Amino acid sequence: MRLAGHHRTLFKMLALSLIAVLLSGCSNNWGWYVVSPMTKSGMNNLLFLIGGLKYTLLLSVTAIMISVVVGLLVALPGLSENRALKLFNRTYVECIRAIPILVMILWVYYGLPQIADIQIGVFWAGVLALALSDSAFQAEIFRAGIQSIHRGQYEAARSISLSYTDTMRFIILPQAIKRILPALGNQLVYMLKMSSLVSVIGMQELTRRANELVVTEYRSLEIYTILIVEYLVLILIVSAGVRWLERRMRTDEGS
Amino acid sequence: MTDPASDARSAGRTAPIIELIDVNKWFEDFQALKDINLAVLPGEKLVVCGPSGSGKSTMIRCINRLERHQSGRIIVDGTELDDDEKNIRAVRQEVGMVFQQFNLFPHLTVLENLMIGPQRARKMTKAQARERAELYLERVHIPEQADKYPSQLSGGQQQRVAIARSLCMEPRIMLFDEPTSALDPEMISEVLDVMTELAESGMTMVCVTHEMGFAKRVADTMMFMDAGEIVESANPETFFGNPRTERCQRFLQQILGH
Ligand SMILES: Nc1ncnc2c1ncn2[C@@H]1O[C@H](COP(=O)(O)OP(=O)(O)O)[C@@H](O)[C@H]1O
Ligand SMILES: [Mg+2]
Repeated sequence: MRLAGHHRTLFKMLALSLIAVLLSGCSNNWGWYVVSPMTKSGMNNLLFLIGGLKYTLLLSVTAIMISVVVGLLVALPGLSENRALKLFNRTYVECIRAIPILVMILWVYYGLPQIADIQIGVFWAGVLALALSDSAFQAEIFRAGIQSIHRGQYEAARSISLSYTDTMRFIILPQAIKRILPALGNQLVYMLKMSSLVSVIGMQELTRRANELVVTEYRSLEIYTILIVEYLVLILIVSAGVRWLERRMRTDEGS
Repeated sequence: MTDPASDARSAGRTAPIIELIDVNKWFEDFQALKDINLAVLPGEKLVVCGPSGSGKSTMIRCINRLERHQSGRIIVDGTELDDDEKNIRAVRQEVGMVFQQFNLFPHLTVLENLMIGPQRARKMTKAQARERAELYLERVHIPEQADKYPSQLSGGQQQRVAIARSLCMEPRIMLFDEPTSALDPEMISEVLDVMTELAESGMTMVCVTHEMGFAKRVADTMMFMDAGEIVESANPETFFGNPRTERCQRFLQQILGH
């Protein structure tokens, strides 16, 4: 029932936005020919724009996979009794969180190769900057999620002699991840949007391609509208997927 | 103190399997345990009672190191509990614990709850662990609940699963911390029955409980704690028939309801 209801809203929103776009297309301000699938050049432009989807997805998904792992590794010392480990966690989170993502991208792409003496491509610079920025937030999400698990779970695990690693891996994290899934979903959506910033260093993702097309076609209104619709569709689909996953994990517990 | 464990030791018969010597424990400035001395023999059943906040939980949680004592010695099955993580895990392999709030793993089925200890801490194969889990589920009389999740069981069933989870480690000692206090009255006896059967099988047991019927049935030694101290320790006949201290008398009157 909830699935159907959710899909209905999704389609309604999509249909509404499409209708709005097409209707306004009738007025004189619009020049939809630039992306019209009816003409050869329009079709080429459209495919060029949509082709950026691949990189937006690759960037975001790779970055979030790294940031989840790094976030977890930063969260664990934050939960320790040890002062030094706690301090490491706080320092990392506070410092990384204070850096604007755009600045992080510029620094990783232009700065890092100079101090580290390495070659770094646009894609991996983007991934690294996004993952670093996001890892501070992931660390906080994991910390809160793990802290929300009742102390009795640790004690029960200890009483059957499970090691720390096994306790985390089999008892605490599976429960914590189920609880933080909505927050992780939010982070993924946020990441998809923030990946547009990687356009500044030349990554051929959705936003960069739109920018490049605007420069040659001078139809910014139409092209950026298409860009919005691209992000909208992408993110609505991702949200629906996350919600589906949440529901599945809930029924897993048989209640 | 008339403690059968120390009597037996002085007679040179058996060495205690649990020994606490002058144990003290503080939470910040608050002293929760004061000079606790205790010896439990293999196969002995010790029942601990006392008012809320008297340190009963703290004492038995020190025995498997869920709490750390600050002074004195605790020796379990020949291993002294100190900061050595290896010793702690060795002791935990031999000491099962049942909690008031069950503390089952909610994301695992009943069978998985039982198998995880043997698989990860005893390095058994999945098949061996499953076989053992089924055996102990049978022992607590709920083999038909194997594939359910804890939330689908009644409180009494959950506590029996928790007992089976501990037994799957085949411990030499079982600790019970008010195992029936969180249960609806009609479910208390099913848990106590399982505990009685376990007692009859020869398990060494330390039970914190106010179920005095159970205590009279199985206890070799009764112990009364108050304000972090062991106030009285005696065999059940003496303990119930002729308590020495006034504190213990008053407590027993309250709890036995006359
Ligand atoms: N983790 C803790 N931190 C601070 N005080 C505690 C903690 N655990 C227990 N205490 C205190 O120690 C005393 C003994 O507690 P406990 O052993 O749980 O008593 P009992 O099990 O007999 O009711 C109580 O006063 C309690 O408030
Ligand atoms: Mg208690």
